[in-house]
Formats: sequence, C-alpha cells, structure tokens
Amino acid sequence: MIHYLAKKLIFTALTLWVASMVIFALLEIVPGDPAQLMLGFNASADAVAQLRQQLGLDLPLPVRYFTWISGLLVGDFGVSYTYSVPVSELIGERLWVSLPLAFLALVLSTAIAIPVGIFSASRHGTRTDTSIMAFTQLGIAIPNFWFALLTVYIFAIWLQLVPAGGFPGWEDGLVKGLKSLILPAIALALPQAAILSRVTRSALLDVMGEDYIRTARAKGLSARSVLWQHALRNALIPVLTIMGLQFAFLLAGTIIIENVFYLPGLGRLIFQAITQRDLIVVESVVILLVATVILINLLVDLTYAVVDPRLRHSVGRSTT
Amino acid sequence: MSVETFEDAPETWRDVAKKAFKNRSFLVGLIITMIIISMALISFVWTPWSVIELDILEKLKKPSLEHWFGTDHFGRDIFSMVMVGARNSIAVALIAVGIGIVIGVPIGSWAAAKGGTFDELLMRSNDVIFAFPALLSAVMITAIFGPGAVNAIIAIGIFNIPVFARLARGAALSIWPREFILAARVAGKGKARITIEHILPNMANLLLVQGTIQFSLGILAEAGLSYVGLGTQPPLPSWGRMLNEAQTMMSFAPHMAIFPGLAIVVTVLGLNLLGDGLRDVLDPRLRRER
Repeated sequence: MIHYLAKKLIFTALTLWVASMVIFALLEIVPGDPAQLMLGFNASADAVAQLRQQLGLDLPLPVRYFTWISGLLVGDFGVSYTYSVPVSELIGERLWVSLPLAFLALVLSTAIAIPVGIFSASRHGTRTDTSIMAFTQLGIAIPNFWFALLTVYIFAIWLQLVPAGGFPGWEDGLVKGLKSLILPAIALALPQAAILSRVTRSALLDVMGEDYIRTARAKGLSARSVLWQHALRNALIPVLTIMGLQFAFLLAGTIIIENVFYLPGLGRLIFQAITQRDLIVVESVVILLVATVILINLLVDLTYAVVDPRLRHSVGRSTT
Repeated sequence: MSVETFEDAPETWRDVAKKAFKNRSFLVGLIITMIIISMALISFVWTPWSVIELDILEKLKKPSLEHWFGTDHFGRDIFSMVMVGARNSIAVALIAVGIGIVIGVPIGSWAAAKGGTFDELLMRSNDVIFAFPALLSAVMITAIFGPGAVNAIIAIGIFNIPVFARLARGAALSIWPREFILAARVAGKGKARITIEHILPNMANLLLVQGTIQFSLGILAEAGLSYVGLGTQPPLPSWGRMLNEAQTMMSFAPHMAIFPGLAIVVTVLGLNLLGDGLRDVLDPRLRRER
C-alpha cells in the first residue's frame, strides 16, 4: 500500500509540475505586453520599460517561472496587473461564488440522479426504465448554457421568481445569495444528473448480476431488501468516483455559466483577466483549477485502492 | 476503459447491416444525423433566405409560414441561419475528431507496440492533458491564439488526441497477444507492419464508435466557444453565437434562443444515439452506459 501511495503521490506531483510549465509557457506566447496594456498605447517607452521592471517582466523566463511557482507553494499568487491587489485576494473573493455554485450543482445533481438511477434499475427492462433512459439521453444532449437561458426565461422573466443574473453577495443574507445561484446551479446540474443517473443505474444492474446477490435472494430476502441492503452499497463505489470527477467538471463548467448569469466568480474573473492580459491572474486561476482536478483524481484513485485491494497489488501493464 | 477482445468468428458486412437496421437507437440516430448533414450540405447551394442580407423591417418576427423559425434582430431568417450554422458546427467538430484520430491513433498504437519507457511517458503525458478541464483549456487556447473557427478546431482537436491515443493503446494491447498476431510475427513481419496490417483494422470498430461520441462532444464544445465569442466569427452564423445574440432579447424574442438551441440538442442527441447503436451493433460486449 505504501509503495502504491508513494507512486501515486510522485506521479501527482510530476503531473502538477508539468501542467504548471505548460500553463506558464502557453501564457508566455499571448500577444500583447501587459505593461503596455496597463499604461495605454500612448505611454512613453520609458514608462513602459519601468513598469515592466516593476512587474518583473524583464527577468529571464526561468527566473519568472521559478518566482511564480515558489510563490504558489507558499500561497503567494503575486499581484494582479490590472486590479493592483494580491491575486490570492481576488481568487478568495471569487471562490465564494464559484465554490458554493459548484457544490450546489453537485448536491442537486446527486439528489436527482441517485433516486432516478435506483428507480430506473429497479424497473429494469420496463417501459418506465426505457423512458427514464430516453430522458437522460436528452439531458446529456442539452448544452448547459442553453438550458440556462431557458430557465432564465421561465423562472426569471416569465414567473419572476428569481433574479435573471448578478449576485448580491452573501452579506445580504443567505436566501438572497442562494436565490441568485439556484438557476445557474440547476443549469450546471442537469447534464451531470443525466450522466450520474445512468452510471447509478448501470452500476446497480452490474451488482445485481453478482453471485452474492443471487445467494441473498436464495436465502429468502426480498428483491427490495437485496437492493437496499446489499446492492446499493457496492454500486455506490463507481457512483462516488464519477461524483468526484464531476465536481472538477462543475468547477470548470462555471466558466460559461457565470457568463450567462453575470456572476462574479472564477469563470468571469478568468475571462476578464484574459481580455485585460492580466497574465498572473489567468495563470493562477488555471493552475488552481487544474490542481483541483489532479488532486480529486488522486483522491478517487486512493479511494479505489482502499476499496479494491487488487489495484494496490496490480503488476504489469493495464489496458487503460 | 476496459477493452475486450474481439469475436473470433468474422461477421460479414451483411450481418452487421442486418443487425444495424434492427437496432432502434442506431436507426433513429442515423436518420437524425443524415437530416442535419443534408441540411448543412444543402445550405451550400440553397437557403430559404439570405443569411447575410439584413432586412430591418422584418426584424424579430415570430415563427410563421414565411419564416419557419422567425427572424432575428437584423431581420435575418433564423431557419436559414440554423442551416448554415450546421455546416460550421459539423465542420469544426468533424475536423477536430480527425485531428484526434490522425495524431492519437498512431501514438497509442506505437506505445502499445513499443512498451517500456515510451509507453509510460505517453500515458503520463495523457494524464497531464486530461488534468486540464477541456473547456477551460479551449477557452485559454482560443483566447491566446485569437477567436475563430480554425483555433476552435485546434482547441477541441488537441483534447481528442489523448482520448484516441488511450483508446488505440488499450485496443492494441488487447490484440497483440492473440494468435493471428503471433502467426504474423512468426512469419517475420515487423511491429510497424503488424500494426498497420492487423492491429489497426481490428480496432476500426472502436474508433468509429468513439469518433461518433467525440463528434457530439465537439458540437457541444464548438457551441460553447462560439457562445462566449471565441468560436466562429461573424458574418458566418453559428449556433452558439446565435444563442449569445439571443440572450439579451430573451424577454421579447425567445424564439431567437429556442431554435438554435434545439438544433444543438437534436444534433447531439442524434450522434449519441448513433454512437450507442453502433456500439451495440459492432461489439455488444463493449456496451457501456454513459
């Protein structure tokens, strides 16, 4: 187990390191000089050169990469070129919108998907099952930003139950904040719920075909108690895995959804930073999201190893 | 994804076609996909109305017999724009799948044939690419290299490469230990020749199924990029950008958002059904719920 853990941790660290270099290199080739953009195109060459020096943009690339990465490790993300405030502060503020949004979407998606998946599996092969699966196919095909527009039309414009966009901040109360996040969360949750309910159904059906389930049935347990007492617990393993991966996906999905609802989250921040060539903000937000995905993948791998000892001792090449 | 070995008894194309036309998912998917592709092709020679000429007097008309999907804020016919938008979406997604196959499959097959450090390096590079949420990276790439259909293709295509590399590697690894490969090796064929002559033809089914899935994901990704202004640029219509333009007019012209969105949903649904159907038909043991 220790060998497996060490190997996974080393690979995770290596992946993070390579990803950080890719992000840094990609943003180095962005056209446009941040110093020039900050001062405007009428600024003198001297002033631009001075600002470049202040921002450390005149330093050689490896030095800048090292400064950035060593800062990241101690939580110092640098100072935003456009806002002139620490990037960590900017990210911290925006996280208060994006994180609750992603969490809310995950909760909604799970609350819809698991009961639907269980119900569908328990009616396997019937018309109800087929209809539910048809609906999930539809859910997967709907782009979340289009669904977001439709929910705005129905719930904000037509029924006027919730605001069409914007975020008042948590200072105005939890209810007001949640009201602003509910439509974006629903829009984010729908396709994920469709995928998760299919995974739940198929995991349950896989488990229901196992020998120990047949034994339980032969022992005289009813189909219902076998489902709830034996099958569900085992089927939840792949479901939890997908949920972990979906959280990372939801966090990235906020990029577009926040733009639909004009929410001041990480997604809007990254868009604004890209247009303003605020490279340090872009780099930091991207590495944060990528690190989240990598760490969630690690957690999922480790959970698998805890649950399935065969993985820890696996040798040779896998086919995945 | 685990990859099973293939049936030993070869199926003729007639058997496959017979099975395919009995599969409801395949049939519905095929019909929808053919309709959308035909619409896109017809739009090259004919559209009910011009999508470039503006007619302000006709602006924001609701759906009618004259304008089936209504008109937009410039008086352009939305049905015609949906037709032309189809060719942009299809072109972007299809070329992106092509990039994934042309680059990913040789890399994956080579890794499976060579093994060792190269294989390990490839799989770890794949992990790095998979760590980037596709949407985030597509936004980054198009923002860096400039918005436009070509950069959207590159941004989406890059993420298809590891998908196909991983698939090809997995499939090749499951084919290499089989007897007919052993026979080819005994006959003195090299790894490259075996890969081209025996491994690749045996993974064609898998590639076709995965290609359909990536195609539908590409349509969604292109729509998302165009929606935030990073995909296809004006004056060419694109489904995503039509939705962006519709956003501010939702309260008085919801039809502007409904029809381009429905076009995306129907296309993606058609491709997903086609993919599911193909999987069932070509190799039922690869059946997997998505």
